[in-house]
Amino acid sequence: MGEKFDANQPIYLQIVQKAIRQIVRGDLKPGDKLKSVREMAVEYGVNPNTVQRVNSELERMGIIEARRGQGMFVTDDEERLTMLRTELMDGQITQFVRDMRETGFSDEEIVEGVKRYLGLEQH
Amino acid sequence: MDRPIVQFQDVSKRYPGTEALKHATFDLPRGKIIGIIGPNGSGKSTSLKLMAGLLQPDSGTVLVDGEKVSRLVARKVAFLHETDQLYGFYRIGEMIDYFSSIYDDFDTGKAREMLQFLQLDPALKIGSLSKGNRMRVKLVLVLSRNAPLLLLDEPLSGLDPMVRESIIKGLISFLDMERQTVVLTTHEVEEVEPLLDVVAALKDGTVFKVEEADVIRSEYGLSLIDWMKQVYAHTR
Repeated sequence: MGEKFDANQPIYLQIVQKAIRQIVRGDLKPGDKLKSVREMAVEYGVNPNTVQRVNSELERMGIIEARRGQGMFVTDDEERLTMLRTELMDGQITQFVRDMRETGFSDEEIVEGVKRYLGLEQH
Repeated sequence: MDRPIVQFQDVSKRYPGTEALKHATFDLPRGKIIGIIGPNGSGKSTSLKLMAGLLQPDSGTVLVDGEKVSRLVARKVAFLHETDQLYGFYRIGEMIDYFSSIYDDFDTGKAREMLQFLQLDPALKIGSLSKGNRMRVKLVLVLSRNAPLLLLDEPLSGLDPMVRESIIKGLISFLDMERQTVVLTTHEVEEVEPLLDVVAALKDGTVFKVEEADVIRSEYGLSLIDWMKQVYAHTR
């Protein structure tokens, strides 16, 4: 198992987020087959119902799809996956910018700060 | 919705000197892994024994799968006791054969598969097993029955982390969630937290809350432990 969850957040949401990250990072590619519900449940050390719920959530989002009798697959719809990437990025940026503004930084300072940080990182 | 797998209707149970359950009324849903949680002496074990037909209520009714609980309920219920119920002189394999001879719903193929999964040698004598391995054997015996209700009394109690993990994995791997419901008692909520769908909280012999674990996390933003602390504080 070895999976640790934040005890204050629904576990199914935490797994949904993990799966999305795997897809955006490219660990899971368009058209890849997902592990079975049972395998995922054992891997995460969670209840199979929780994994079922993760799958319906991802399916509802259009990120994975069921193929009759074969299981669940990452969608082939590249457009949807590109959109997902953008959504994820926007989400993180929104959060970051909100925190920064609340801490009293101006938009110019934020942009400068990010550039400086990335510049330093490239050394 | 399906009929609940377990129904307690105004159930009371007294032991000399204590009242274990007081007018407990609650339903447990089907196809879930349900944790009965609560402090020691809150009536967890008594509730489980009432479901198994090992105890009779002093008043009120306990229904399992819509049927009033009697000794006959054993057909529908597989019970994992906290205390040891195994015969030390049997080998694991003989224990499996013995169980398959007393229970019609015992799936010997599944039992063999589970032994392999849990790395248990059928030739070993029960009496020679470590505590962890005895618990593994008990899990095999319970899960190999195609009973609609599986009751596990403190399945992780006093076991080291490696054994706990293998017990949890064995449970997830071999449970048939389409047809089976698991009710387990625990006083170590942290250990089983990711496993539970539903939590039934007991205090002073009354079940005051049956709630989905993820609802507790999303609606209250609390871990099960913090939620427990809060609910127990409110009912004082």
